[in-house]
Amino acid sequence: MVGSIAALGMGLAVIGAGIGIGNIGAKAMEGISRQPEAVGDIRSNMILMAALVEGAALIAIVMSFLVAGV
Amino acid sequence: MSQFKNLIILSLIGLSFFLGNAAFAQGHDHNHAGHDHSHAGHDHSSHAGHDHSAHAHDAGHGGCGAKHDKEFFNPGGTAFHHISDANVYSIGPVNIPLPCILYAPESGVDVFLSSKFHIGHHGTGHSAYKGYVLDEGRVKRVDDQSFPKTAVPVSILHEKEMVDGKKKSVAYACYQDKKFKLAAPSTADGGVFGGGITSFYDFSITKNVMSMFLVFAFLAWLFIGIAKKYRNNPGEAPSGLQGLMEPVFLFIQDEVAKPFLGDKYEKFNPLLMCLFFFILGLNLFGQIPFFGGSNVTGNLAFTAVLAIIVFIVTNINGNKHYWEHILWMPGVPAWVKTILTPVEILGMFIKPLTLMLRLFANITAGHMVMVIFVGLIFLFGQGQTAPSMGTAVGSTLLTIFMMAIELLVAFIQAFVFTILTASYIGAAIEDHGHAAEHH
Repeated sequence: MVGSIAALGMGLAVIGAGIGIGNIGAKAMEGISRQPEAVGDIRSNMILMAALVEGAALIAIVMSFLVAGV
Repeated sequence: MSQFKNLIILSLIGLSFFLGNAAFAQGHDHNHAGHDHSHAGHDHSSHAGHDHSAHAHDAGHGGCGAKHDKEFFNPGGTAFHHISDANVYSIGPVNIPLPCILYAPESGVDVFLSSKFHIGHHGTGHSAYKGYVLDEGRVKRVDDQSFPKTAVPVSILHEKEMVDGKKKSVAYACYQDKKFKLAAPSTADGGVFGGGITSFYDFSITKNVMSMFLVFAFLAWLFIGIAKKYRNNPGEAPSGLQGLMEPVFLFIQDEVAKPFLGDKYEKFNPLLMCLFFFILGLNLFGQIPFFGGSNVTGNLAFTAVLAIIVFIVTNINGNKHYWEHILWMPGVPAWVKTILTPVEILGMFIKPLTLMLRLFANITAGHMVMVIFVGLIFLFGQGQTAPSMGTAVGSTLLTIFMMAIELLVAFIQAFVFTILTASYIGAAIEDHGHAAEHH
């Protein structure tokens, strides 16, 4: 039972991060197509932002691991 | 400058070596509930050739080892086993013994090669040595005074038992038809991940430590050679390996170090380069097929050491503005400050925490997905030829596809770790008015 709820929490965390990273990717693509010469800057900032969004989801996932596993 | 660099390298190696064994519980039996007798092959690229139905740890030892009624393939447990650290380096069917350095308060320090355990199928030892046994690649201690301290033949047995109201797999050693409970190595996680202090400590050169040594030796050879070339032929066009590494080095310097650290980048360049190339090297080393699939960057202890180094470097170099923004944010009303200060102090610790978890989770997930794709063969095949062959085609293609993605992830995660480190240090050393930096 606890394991299933933890799995649900994991899924919810991934939804949030998915929406966030999706938005970052979409806007970055838009930015690149508007200004192809800035592709280098946009790409590295995109990866940085995606990593930050991912961090929140990772904490949630690890928390659900802890709840489920121990 | 070179002293700083040497210091960083030494502390990286030394701390990871020290903590890598005794720190967090990965691959503990407590963690993977449902880890029973059936497992797939050895390293996660060489499953296909193993015969599972013939695998029983304790043939010929009736009595305590006779509970082999049903053997289901358990992909989760198998995956956990294959990504965890081990005291033996398994390359396909070949088991390379590694030195074990064990300390138990009762019996003192013991140093010996893990070949003393007569490593058999699946990294499980056929004999006990000085009261230690090898269970699926990990050294465990027989927690019983009456157990002989000499080399005796044993077999390992896992049983499902209720521990603290939860069903867990408990490991036993079988010797002369008697069951002896096994203790896992002590871990520094304080029980959070199911570990804790047990009857012995494991400071061995494990598979992860060995991989770290190999990557370290390779990187040292590569970069000392390149540095010599620059010193001997200054101003000449790069050639050979120099030409291969120079763009990568310059990419990190120009895209990561300079934008975030400004004109102080030279001071932190060695740290950033060490982090990037060490993480990248270990990521790629773990990707080599049929080569043990070591999972160093997917080990919490290793990433924790990296994160601690970043935390220390950031806070030691933090200037007045950095501490002012954490402790007493200027330019906001006093009641907001009472909320902001705890949040900023928390943020100080959460930054390295996410750094640690991001690398760990990404690499672990990558390794796990690959083991599970290969495990599909055994899950759907059920030991029969036709369905196994059919699934093997599909899962091989999937695995190759995943490996291609993982190559990309290896670069991206090394890059992300470096760029975030640079941004944390950059925020700490930045000279500014009171306008910038609110996070």
